Amino acid sequence: MNIALAIDEVHREALPRASEAGPASKRIVVAYGFWIFLLSDIVMFAALFAAYAILVRATAGGPTGAQLFNQVNVAIETACLLASSYTCGLMSLAVNARRLATTYFFAVVTFALGAAFLALELREFADMIARGATPQRSAFLSAFFTLVGCHGLHVSAGLLWLLVMMAQVAIKGFRAAVQRRLLCFALFWHALDIIWVWLFTVVYLMGVHP
Amino acid sequence: MNLLGKLSWNAIPLDQPIVMAATSMMIAGVVLVLSWVTVKGHWPYLWREWITSVDHKRIGVMYIVLALLMLLRGFTDAIMMRSQQAVAAGGAHGYLPPEHFDQIFSAHGTIMIFFMAMPFVIGLMNFVVPLQLGVRDMAFPTLNSVALWLTASGILLTNISLAVGEFAKTGWVAYPPLSEVQFSPGVGVDYYLWALQISGIGTLLTGINFVTTILKTRAPGMGYMRMPVFCWTALASNLLMVAAFPVLTATFAMLLLDRYLGFHFFSIDGQGNPMMYVNLFWVWGHPEVYILILPAFGIFSEVISTFSGKPLFGYRSMVAATMAICVLSFLVWLHHFFTMGASADVNGFFGVMTMVIAVPTGVKIFNWLFTMYGGRVRLTVPVLWSLGFMVTFVIGGMTGVLMAVPPADFQLHNSLFLVAHFHNVIIGGVVFGVLAGYTYWFPKAFGFTLDERWGRASFWCWLIGFYIAFMPLYALGLMGMTRRMQHYDNLAWQPWLLLAAVGAVVILAGIACLIVQLIVSIRDRAQRPAGGDPWNGRTLEWSTASPPPAWNFAVLPRVSERDTYWNGRKRERTAQDPPAREYKPIEMPKNSATGFITAFFAVVTGFALIWHIWWMVGLGLFGAFVTLIAFAFRDREDIEISAEQIARFDRAHQLEVPI
Amino acid sequence: MTDTRYDRAPGDSSGFTELHEGTWSGVIVYTIGLVLAVILTAASFWVANTSLLWAPGIPLGLAVLAIAQMGIHLVFFLHITTGPDNTNNVLALAFGVLIVTVVVVGSVWIMFDLNDNMMPPELMNLHMQH
Repeated sequence: MNIALAIDEVHREALPRASEAGPASKRIVVAYGFWIFLLSDIVMFAALFAAYAILVRATAGGPTGAQLFNQVNVAIETACLLASSYTCGLMSLAVNARRLATTYFFAVVTFALGAAFLALELREFADMIARGATPQRSAFLSAFFTLVGCHGLHVSAGLLWLLVMMAQVAIKGFRAAVQRRLLCFALFWHALDIIWVWLFTVVYLMGVHP
Repeated sequence: MNLLGKLSWNAIPLDQPIVMAATSMMIAGVVLVLSWVTVKGHWPYLWREWITSVDHKRIGVMYIVLALLMLLRGFTDAIMMRSQQAVAAGGAHGYLPPEHFDQIFSAHGTIMIFFMAMPFVIGLMNFVVPLQLGVRDMAFPTLNSVALWLTASGILLTNISLAVGEFAKTGWVAYPPLSEVQFSPGVGVDYYLWALQISGIGTLLTGINFVTTILKTRAPGMGYMRMPVFCWTALASNLLMVAAFPVLTATFAMLLLDRYLGFHFFSIDGQGNPMMYVNLFWVWGHPEVYILILPAFGIFSEVISTFSGKPLFGYRSMVAATMAICVLSFLVWLHHFFTMGASADVNGFFGVMTMVIAVPTGVKIFNWLFTMYGGRVRLTVPVLWSLGFMVTFVIGGMTGVLMAVPPADFQLHNSLFLVAHFHNVIIGGVVFGVLAGYTYWFPKAFGFTLDERWGRASFWCWLIGFYIAFMPLYALGLMGMTRRMQHYDNLAWQPWLLLAAVGAVVILAGIACLIVQLIVSIRDRAQRPAGGDPWNGRTLEWSTASPPPAWNFAVLPRVSERDTYWNGRKRERTAQDPPAREYKPIEMPKNSATGFITAFFAVVTGFALIWHIWWMVGLGLFGAFVTLIAFAFRDREDIEISAEQIARFDRAHQLEVPI
Repeated sequence: MTDTRYDRAPGDSSGFTELHEGTWSGVIVYTIGLVLAVILTAASFWVANTSLLWAPGIPLGLAVLAIAQMGIHLVFFLHITTGPDNTNNVLALAFGVLIVTVVVVGSVWIMFDLNDNMMPPELMNLHMQH
């Protein structure tokens, strides 16, 4: 796509400032656009966090966080997600170096760790529901399930995206468009881990504290 | 398990004659247009050149078409409300039962804000910003098309609610507990929520697109302080879209979870907190009005400087004021609910911030005045709209600052004074602004100018009609009349409401003048060609042909100062020989049906969610997913336009200035 | 095409196009990030579950650790720097942080203030009984 075609003739010395350098390359444009999307996603999580903070004491006589949360489980979930962020970073290196086997290897590991995270989270939800701590029980539980569940939905979407990207790598190879999309995926996956840092801190760690 | 969820033939409101009449007219209109297109054989052209277009200019025009159509629908609601309130005094009860009246005022607000003002503003930005930045399209052209068609999906769902089911009766803000399933068990609130969630995705995509385009793709040499002010206001507005709409998405999601799955975010039982909805809604709601007004401010900057023949006064302070408003708009939202019961500290803080935000707006007004001072002001129709704006918006702003004082607001909250205030600033600001922009850029989009006489007539009808319609509402608010009343007992109010109804009729004449203006201008278009630069413009869009070619510029302009086109032309007149041009082939993004098809599945999914047709929800989501995958796996993204084609166009039009 | 001296995609490290850094230096960066993140995570769990910190200070301590860990992610995984080629990315991030802060702090302040000023449930029952 050639918004930038005609700039080739411009001499570098004639453009002293970054803001006057003309349209950026497609990789920068796409990644920046995705960065702005992530910004919007984080604001959405902020609204859900605010709702949680406001409703955290609204237990309507039902179970509180301290009674429900299992720290060991959360620690394992955190380890899985953090590790998957690490392996995603290694996958990015492989993509940039255009190494197919390495890319697939780290993609599979990232997927497995992400799936493990989800499985643990789903089991936690199922346990809570079995104990009567359903989202319909109290406003606190509604907020909890929505906030943590929204993050889980994003992780699920990320895993689906990773699968599609692996199919794209298989069919199209390391074309520029594929590399751009994998860069966006990495941004997404790291951002999800950052959100999880806030989640486990605010919901689980601060939650077990009376 | 009912295959059609809650949907049955009862959903069609056969027992409500007014609704059935409106529905019939709407369906007749749609059928008429579709039949005409079919009979004339225009479908291939429409599909190829418009529906699947990813060209920002086409998309901009389509947004404005949607906005104009929704203006008619929203205004019909207004006329109905005015006529009902003019007669429903004391013993008389008017012609609209409360259940219907409640849907009308809810639909009026929803449509005017989300489906008239937003598309109009976004459409103008879409058309103009890439041209002013000196580039060939937006950063993400296909995403642009998706955003347009998702907005259309929201519009379609809202209009379907007229024929099948009902609309929300909660007001356009849909506060719980009224909007919870216990008190609004019908589908009305669901129509509202899903239509807005779907179009909200479109708006978010638009925001991302514009922020990236303005920050990352500008012509070489166009540093930030050389951008036209309209692009600065577009940037601020879109940053607000990116920052505010996610809050609305989250808030509506919480209400939807309450309604569909029995969650307790806003319900009284389960220790939910309805006040939290009000808070979160207005965290979005206040930036939203700035999303609407900032581009209007930008339009006025362009119009006033062009028709005064002078550069805009105080460019730097304009930019600073714009960005200040952008940030401050996030710090005032509580003034929408002073009366909800917060303490004086909280109310006081937000009251002061609300007054502070008036300051940068004042800076802008002074800059416009100083731009005109010493210039040779041509009183064209866009300038009339601008002058009307300056007086009207200032009055509206002042009543806003009045209500920013919490004790005063305790008297005036939710009275007609409030209604008059926000119509004062929205009509005086946004509507006048988009109509100025529409008149100003129409010749660029279509190659011929709009009829001046009908334009003037429309302006005067709108201006006079606005004052007759809304000044009485200030008086009524001070007399104690609350908003949204289907009937009232205080006969002293009636004369004012009759006057307001007359005002509405005058505005109706203004809208009629706009329609006639369009028809007459199209009919006489051969006699009124625009050329590239009908107004003696200052910015880069006027250096292209009218309408511009798909690629906008044969050679990307090199920018070295503000008001690039104006200064470039001055140099041109003194130059001996314009430099010869070397044409190269250009790659432009390929058309794509992705937007339209995604939106189709969005409508299917939305309708299915509203009526609880769960298998259809799955189908719709799956369809949207498949569409996305198909787009992701396409092989060719661009088409190449040959150098000969570009050269031919350039020579034929000979209007572009080699800058 | 912009010179990547001027501008860098978020998520790209500075070595991406120009220097074509060896993959191993990239691995080292990610590994350092992982180690630091693990340390901070462990510290958070420790602070929350032991009496290492004075009890009323625990939420603040946890918040500080979370901010630090966010910083680690941004620097080591997302390669955000303060260089001039990263200005747009940092500005966008700063804007996001500002909005998030305003939304969360503002909402919490307002809602807690409202709750303080609402009629207590006991009195509400009395009120409704006559």
